[in-house]
Amino acid sequence: MSQVAQGKGRAGFIAGFLILPLALYLTFVIWPYVQTFGYSFTNWSGQSPTFDFVGLDNYSALMKDEVFRGALWHNLLLLVFVPTITILLALFFAFMVNAGGRSGAGGVRGVRGSSVYKIVYFFPQVLSLAILAVLFGAVYRSDEGGLLNGFLTKLGLVDPAHPVEWLNQPNLVLWCLLLVVVWHGVGFYLVLFSAAMQSVPKDIYEAALLDGAGRAQTFLRVTLPLLWDSVQTSAVYLGIAAMDMFVLVSTMTSGQFGGGPDHHSEVMATVLMRNFLYFGKSGYACAMGVVMLVLTMVLSVVTLRATRRERIEF
Amino acid sequence: MTAESTVIKAPGEASAERSGTGGRPGQGAKSGSDGMVLNVFSHGFLAVWAILIVLPLIWLALGSFKTDAQIGGSALSWPSNWHFDAFSRAWDKGIGDYFAHTLIVMVFSVPLTMLLGSMAAYVLARYPFPGNRLFYYFFVSGAMFPVFLALVPLFFMVKRLDMLNTYQGLILVYVAYSMPFTVFFMHSFFRTLPTAVYEAAVIDGASDTRIFFQVMLPMAKPGLISVGIFNVLGQWNQYILPSVLMQPQTGSDPERYMLTQGLIQLQYQMGYETDLPVLFAGVTIAMIPMLVVYLSFQRQIQAGLTSATLK
Repeated sequence: MSQVAQGKGRAGFIAGFLILPLALYLTFVIWPYVQTFGYSFTNWSGQSPTFDFVGLDNYSALMKDEVFRGALWHNLLLLVFVPTITILLALFFAFMVNAGGRSGAGGVRGVRGSSVYKIVYFFPQVLSLAILAVLFGAVYRSDEGGLLNGFLTKLGLVDPAHPVEWLNQPNLVLWCLLLVVVWHGVGFYLVLFSAAMQSVPKDIYEAALLDGAGRAQTFLRVTLPLLWDSVQTSAVYLGIAAMDMFVLVSTMTSGQFGGGPDHHSEVMATVLMRNFLYFGKSGYACAMGVVMLVLTMVLSVVTLRATRRERIEF
Repeated sequence: MTAESTVIKAPGEASAERSGTGGRPGQGAKSGSDGMVLNVFSHGFLAVWAILIVLPLIWLALGSFKTDAQIGGSALSWPSNWHFDAFSRAWDKGIGDYFAHTLIVMVFSVPLTMLLGSMAAYVLARYPFPGNRLFYYFFVSGAMFPVFLALVPLFFMVKRLDMLNTYQGLILVYVAYSMPFTVFFMHSFFRTLPTAVYEAAVIDGASDTRIFFQVMLPMAKPGLISVGIFNVLGQWNQYILPSVLMQPQTGSDPERYMLTQGLIQLQYQMGYETDLPVLFAGVTIAMIPMLVVYLSFQRQIQAGLTSATLK
């Protein structure tokens, strides 16, 4: 076969293999993302085929929208707390699982049954958010039938006549949701960090032990710097999850598409969805989508920049 | 912290310990007891979290065997009624149908995702051509953004194609949204396959298409299994896409809810009808297949996760 003929066949083959995946991806993913920008400058209702170009009107209306501003603030709160708490807990447990055991000949080793812990911890990750919503809806029930209230009553911490209204208390609801996200995420990041810890050569730990480093020192001076790449990636993923929150808020809290009581658990995604499907303000909802898109990108860049360290090769 | 400070050892001690045989329990009196303190300490924390994971799930499953009054009355009561009638009622309330709808979609969407994703990833991983990197980043960048940023136009796109509340519409959307992760994962997998096999196949006169299906794809089987499981989990648990795209469009349009959507539906319904055991039974039914898939493939899941995220 001549070189040229082969090259020609290749081009056809490459195009043939790319065309279908690319067409689907363009139609259903990329094109809608692009369109979101276009629609955000219109007063489109979604019902009628006609709409007018209104410039930045939607964006200036957004600035004045108290509900959206509250939602933005809640997203920012979650953005700080979700990654911090999840990563710290996951790192702590990963270190316990991998280095919490007896010091044996290998210097540092995992606890017994570490694989069992990893299996159990990861389990919430395979449950759908819809299941989590029903499960924690039951846990947070505002009478003695809720698992949390039931326990606290049993311990005498809660008066059975006045159980805590977890999801209806304006200053509690967001933190209750935060706990669900942490409960869900810790296992995933534990497995991730533990894999990273295991890829660190054992002799680095041995050397640290020989030099007289304790566990806290080993962790801070050896493990954490070597894991920095994974921690950084995790912070970005968790940040993106904290920008979302739609499923939990819309199914666990009161109100049309959630956000209650009185907008105290509102996040941008629920405001967007309400404006789109309930108020029929498609253009306005698209403007919210654009704001979220920009925030997500800024967030990723800032996280990667702020946590940048010199990469350690091993 | 006392537990941590007790572990700091003099260098001599550590090397003495190193000369011991294996890390078996009760080896040196001193280092053994040091290890013990920390072991109890770490097991303590680990066990508490494990209980926090397992307890709510077991509690919920037990709820299927309670009566509604019992569920509302006290959280810590033991179920009185060990019959499976709540399960059969949940099945009749639609869990069975939701299950079937989800299966119908996934029987097509998962294989299609794997096939199209692997094809694109293979070409991008092994054939240098102008714009190759660009296409790759283009495919992978979709993973960066939450789905609902594109939701409004996506809804109208599917509507224009007349595919709202149809299986084929949801299947195509699932495939498209699974593409970034699948391409990313399979790309790194195809890169690791040896070139020698490819060259041997070319010399034997196999065409590129044939090499892909008969040589490369079978060799990539471990990667395909991992990414396949992730796609099964991801598409099975998807909630936002079906809740926007799978709503009956007219009065006569049949309801084709996915399982996740159906559970939330059941939650509203059972709140009115005050039949919570049915809801708990429904959630338990939805949970079991995932538990089975997870326990049978947990090795591949953890290995796949590691190779995907740690390059």
